[in-house]
Amino acid sequence: MRKLLLSLSGLAALVVAWDLAVRFGPPTLLPLPAAAGRAILELAANGLLLRHLVASLYRVTWGYLLAVLLALPVGLFLGVYPAGERAFGPFLELLRPISPLAWIPLAIFWLGIGDLAAVAIIFLASFLPLALTVKNGVRRVPAVHLQVGRNFGLGERELVRKVILPALLPQLIVGLRLALGIAWLVVVAAEMLAVNSGLGFLIVDARNAGNRYDLVVAGMVLIGLVGLVLDLGVRRLERLPALRWAYADGETGK
Amino acid sequence: MNSPGETAPQAAEKLRLTDLTVTFESEGKQVPVLDGISLTVAPGEFVCILGPSGCGKSTLLNVVGGFLRPTAGKVEIDGREVTGPDPRRIFVFQERGVFPWLTAEENIGFGLDGLPREERRERVRRYVELVGLQGFERAFPHELSGGMKQRVEVARALAMNPDMLYLDEPFGALDSITRMTLRRELLRIWEAERQTILFVTHDIEESVQLADRVVVLSQRPARIRRVVEVAIPHPRDLSSRQYLDLRDSILAEIGLAHQV
Amino acid sequence: MRAPKDRGAVLLPLLTAVVLLGLWQIAVVLTHTKVFPPPWAVARALGELARKGVLLSYIGDSLFRVASGYLLALAMGIPLGLAMGWYAGVALAMNPVVQVLRPISPLAWIPVSIVLFGVSNLATIFLIFLAAICPIVVATMNGVRSVPRMYLQAGRNFGLRPAAVLARVVLPAALPQILVGLRIALGISWLVVVAAEMIAVDSGLGYLIIDSRNAGKRYDLVLAAIFLIGVIGLALDLLTRRIERMPRVRWGFRTD
Repeated sequence: MRKLLLSLSGLAALVVAWDLAVRFGPPTLLPLPAAAGRAILELAANGLLLRHLVASLYRVTWGYLLAVLLALPVGLFLGVYPAGERAFGPFLELLRPISPLAWIPLAIFWLGIGDLAAVAIIFLASFLPLALTVKNGVRRVPAVHLQVGRNFGLGERELVRKVILPALLPQLIVGLRLALGIAWLVVVAAEMLAVNSGLGFLIVDARNAGNRYDLVVAGMVLIGLVGLVLDLGVRRLERLPALRWAYADGETGK
Repeated sequence: MNSPGETAPQAAEKLRLTDLTVTFESEGKQVPVLDGISLTVAPGEFVCILGPSGCGKSTLLNVVGGFLRPTAGKVEIDGREVTGPDPRRIFVFQERGVFPWLTAEENIGFGLDGLPREERRERVRRYVELVGLQGFERAFPHELSGGMKQRVEVARALAMNPDMLYLDEPFGALDSITRMTLRRELLRIWEAERQTILFVTHDIEESVQLADRVVVLSQRPARIRRVVEVAIPHPRDLSSRQYLDLRDSILAEIGLAHQV
Repeated sequence: MRAPKDRGAVLLPLLTAVVLLGLWQIAVVLTHTKVFPPPWAVARALGELARKGVLLSYIGDSLFRVASGYLLALAMGIPLGLAMGWYAGVALAMNPVVQVLRPISPLAWIPVSIVLFGVSNLATIFLIFLAAICPIVVATMNGVRSVPRMYLQAGRNFGLRPAAVLARVVLPAALPQILVGLRIALGISWLVVVAAEMIAVDSGLGYLIIDSRNAGKRYDLVLAAIFLIGVIGLALDLLTRRIERMPRVRWGFRTD
């Protein structure tokens, strides 16, 4: 019980500080927390909440799934064949720091305003870190395990399936969680610039069409909460008993 | 309160364990680890605590060292109860206790911050020499072998001029050749400086080679099965009748206890 | 471990680079596209920027904003992370705050930051600060939490007070992990500066992207800017990796 109170105290303090700052600070367009809360209810009431939420989730799902489907084989390839890594590695490293947002103008130009551009940007943003995670994970598999596999007569395909993939799994799931976080971040950004629906669009539209900052902040709060839920969901996967072996290190902590 | 046969005066007693009991709670159940351990150790004595893995020897050492509070009983050093760790009684772990971000000489000088610079440098130099690490002062632990790291840790402990040394299976991760070398060196240092030493091990031979007395512990919950006096003067001949008999008797004692 | 480090490591990517550039050029020619620039047009655009004298100043502006936001995030994030790693109570209270704020894209903060700071450098620095502080706090907290108990015991054994244990044992032991967090945060900061500059400032690489497109569909400049962003980002990353190789922290990065 005490733990629950403690974990809520940080958030509560934040909300209180927000409220006081708006109430007693210099005049500002920022809404009070209560106003943002009411705005959320308003959105729920007129069905916009659901509509925008679904739009965002739809794009994330597509972009993210595509990224996962492609990142796995690419990462495996780069990890297993050092020549591949030497050839393409530096590129991936070069592309990595480039914000997916920088690609937005190009994406809009080629694919026009709409879902395709957003999905493409999400795909790009999630694909790279995921591929790199897979590649690094493959390299981290202890040579011993590979030797045992070969000793037991496993061919390349089987080696990947029976030794590399399972060994890769814990890190992969962490990578999946991080990439999902990135995808969620990016979808909002992409929506602010490239489409006409979704939570990101909601924020931009609320401001442009009438300075409804209560809706703006409501949108932000919703984004934070959905992102949190997605993250917690994937964390559950990390706790599967099949993966416990990766955490069985012991000896740490106070 | 005195253990049977203990007639020495109070002054000749460094460490006294009285009815030490430790029970852990795990998933709602009470897990007894130590059960009524009583022991006295004289100053300058080398005592080995011997027992199979998992029997609670390390827990015992942690309680003695002040890192764990006993569930019952008490630990007294120089007549005063132990309530926490103290720089006069230094732990030596397996070489993993060495700080990886400090060089060998920085590790050795770690506890010497209160000293003036010249004195600290001199002391570090002395102990580097004592453990035979000249030339490696500026090396980082990841550049050293396991045996060398262990020496760093021992030197670090000794540089504090402690009254007592607690060693928790310090040579466990080393190869047997290095182990024998380090045992010899430990004895050499001990004979020169005569700290009171508590040495935890699961290696019967090691205990008989090193200790004045071997405290044999049972399986969990650990009790003292037997205290064996090893009255052989150093250097000990490992093929002598006396040594072999002592070793065999301990072997038999433990072996019998583990028969199903 | 890779075998021949020298020749192969440079030759192969160089070869692939040439091939890709070639394909790019061919694609542009074949499709007769009027808008997507071929490689040499991008190179020329870079030259144009240099001649106009804006190349260095734009890069400098972007770097300045990153540095400011990043250093602020460092100054606040590391102590917060230390507190969260050391005191379970602080972690319990602050974790939800971090987890809720983290998914909110810096771009989504733009309206709020403009309200708070107006259209100015301060707004972009604020965005970068927000983006960088999360990974720093999380990495620091995890670094502190994973310090082996043995080190803490040794610290106490040697008579160190809790503050000294924190400074002389916990911090150095956690440093490798903290550095990883710092590196990631730097990468994110660089990513975000581009987005942040799209707001409404009037200089910098991100601004260049938006402005080149709006003020004349100069996609060669857009790509030139993207290229610069990639290169500088890579350089920053390599720089921080060098720091990870210093002996005081190298021990934390060895793959045994």
